[in-house]
Amino acid sequence: MDIILVGLSHKTAPVEVREKLSFSGEMLSEGIVRLRGYENISECLILSTCNRVEIYSIVDKSDIGIARIKDFMHSYQTDVPLESISQHLYVHKNETAVRHLFRVAASLDSMVVGEPQILGQVKDAFDTALLNKTTGAILNKLFKKSISVAKRVRTETKIAENAVSISFAAVELAKKIFSSLRDKRGMLIGAGEMGELAANYLVSSGIKEIVVSTRNYERALNLAQTYNGRAVKFEYFLEEMGRSDVVICSTGAPDYIIRAEHMHDIIHKRKNRPIFLIDISVPRNIDPAINNIDNVFLYDIDDLQAVVEANLRTRRGEAEKGEQIIEEEVETFSKWFKSLEVVPTIVALRDKVEDIRRKELERITDRLKTLSPGDRETVEGLTNTIVNKILHGPLVALKSEANSSNGLLYAETIRKIFNLEIKVAEENGEEES
Amino acid sequence: MVNIVFFKAALGFYFLGMASFLYYLISRKDRPPRSSFALTGFGFLTHTAALAARTAEASYIPITSLHEAMSFFSWALVLAFLLIEYRYRIYILGSFVLPVTFISLISSATLPMEIKMLDPQLQSAWLGVHTILAIMGAAAFSVAFLAGLMYLIQEWFLKSKRFNNLYFKLPALDMLDNLNYRAISFGFPLLTLGIITGSIWAEYAWGTYWNWDPKQTWSLIIWLFYAAMLHGRITLGWRGRKAAYLAIIGFAGVIFTFVGVNILLQGRHAFL
Repeated sequence: MDIILVGLSHKTAPVEVREKLSFSGEMLSEGIVRLRGYENISECLILSTCNRVEIYSIVDKSDIGIARIKDFMHSYQTDVPLESISQHLYVHKNETAVRHLFRVAASLDSMVVGEPQILGQVKDAFDTALLNKTTGAILNKLFKKSISVAKRVRTETKIAENAVSISFAAVELAKKIFSSLRDKRGMLIGAGEMGELAANYLVSSGIKEIVVSTRNYERALNLAQTYNGRAVKFEYFLEEMGRSDVVICSTGAPDYIIRAEHMHDIIHKRKNRPIFLIDISVPRNIDPAINNIDNVFLYDIDDLQAVVEANLRTRRGEAEKGEQIIEEEVETFSKWFKSLEVVPTIVALRDKVEDIRRKELERITDRLKTLSPGDRETVEGLTNTIVNKILHGPLVALKSEANSSNGLLYAETIRKIFNLEIKVAEENGEEES
Repeated sequence: MVNIVFFKAALGFYFLGMASFLYYLISRKDRPPRSSFALTGFGFLTHTAALAARTAEASYIPITSLHEAMSFFSWALVLAFLLIEYRYRIYILGSFVLPVTFISLISSATLPMEIKMLDPQLQSAWLGVHTILAIMGAAAFSVAFLAGLMYLIQEWFLKSKRFNNLYFKLPALDMLDNLNYRAISFGFPLLTLGIITGSIWAEYAWGTYWNWDPKQTWSLIIWLFYAAMLHGRITLGWRGRKAAYLAIIGFAGVIFTFVGVNILLQGRHAFL
């Protein structure tokens, strides 16, 4: 019985391949039910996001199971032949599969380490599998664990802190210049996705007002409405800057529209109150020399990108700590998983031998009647003693190897030799602590 | 004597508090270790006890020698720090205040500590009033100095666009600028009253309100300086970097007025 993972991700396959093999909606539900129906597969789950498609399963003959799963993945599209797909697929077994899942859920395998979406995606995949009853005791425990490990990594390390998008980084900088944005005014000059995103962050940080100024006054009016702010005609933007504390500039102008001499006037008009200028346009709209003016802080798109890079580096550093936490948890889980095999085997072996003992004793019940009660007890005691002494060796060996890699091998061997039938843990959906 | 025991205990606590806050300066954690504030607090309590004991033993307000003045100055600075922290929670401020406190107190420890008979010229109710006001003013200006220093550091990060751990621990620029402004708004009236009470006392003890004694002269110089600073901020927009530099220069003036004058110049105000 093995935990098998077959899949591909942004690290092994380009988006053209990933999109062909992805599962969603009904296709996903039907898919896992179909997969679960295969002979060798006792549990399965599909995790399909824009950056990865991974199939987790519990399989009793790993080689056959893996081949089956690869076929299954291939069968959902017609363009790419199996051999081509295979080169993008990775296969992980047992401990490595567990480690992979924990890392994925904790966002350590994501494009941006520390991103929050993946955990929700893992939860959704698990819910879908539960709904369709394609998981059992092992995957249930595994996925529940992966969610709690992910939370642990996110709270105990700083991988999820600090901005990794330019717009958010800009607003974080603003908060180091102005301790509170509540009485500050923001201005958006020119429209554009990044600028609008930054303005959104300002609004959610509680900024008092957003003023929009674009060449097209209609557009400015519309945009201003979304921020509950006001619009200003483009020819007056310089004047309005005197009243703005945070200015986001992203017009398509081919040259500087804000120059040093403008800035001197503006800062004078503001009585030297600090002003934060965010120039995310390319080519730049604000003369870089302006950063030298007292109480003026100017960041262009490269500066912001550098802040994001620095934050990402911090995240990667924190990722180290995350990996350590994950190793601990992988070990704990592995111990549990290994004990699964050994415990039922011990139970099954005892049961079988006890069964034989009882049946044989029953068969000679009549002949035992000629003995005294005391003698009958002695005979019964003898059968128990013989059975226990014979079993002692195998049981001790099994128990002591329960947590080692030999444990599974011993258990399997004993099962084969004694021809034991193992009942796998619990039913779907039941808790196992 | 009891007051010296408490004094040494305070010195010990401040040292440990300083070590704790300096560790915070370089650590990667967001918050200082809890011990930082506990140690500072204990230091303050034992220091208060030391001052109270000395007052009882001497039967006069113990701010009559350089040792006593610097001890009281350290105490006032920690008091200011604790009040500011209660309101603003600028944890990193401790990493700046504690070293100043400790250096000041350990300097005072190197000076003679015996309680002397009070010089007849100093026997007056004005002793406590004038000295306490003046030194509290100095403590306020010290806070402004540290705020200015922190402002310049944080501004450097933001202008040069190179950041490190300290950037994240320092508060926003406007809070540091505000702290500078508020500290001077406290310090200036204290200094004003200090000068006035000093002059009244001078009249009482020596016969003239003003005799251009170096201490008086320099007090006037820094008074004018801080007055200009406040005026500049309110009417001319002297804030941010300018105000930070001025707070630092002003503090240099304060040090000279309170300590430098005694060491380098002669005058009637020579007790202190």
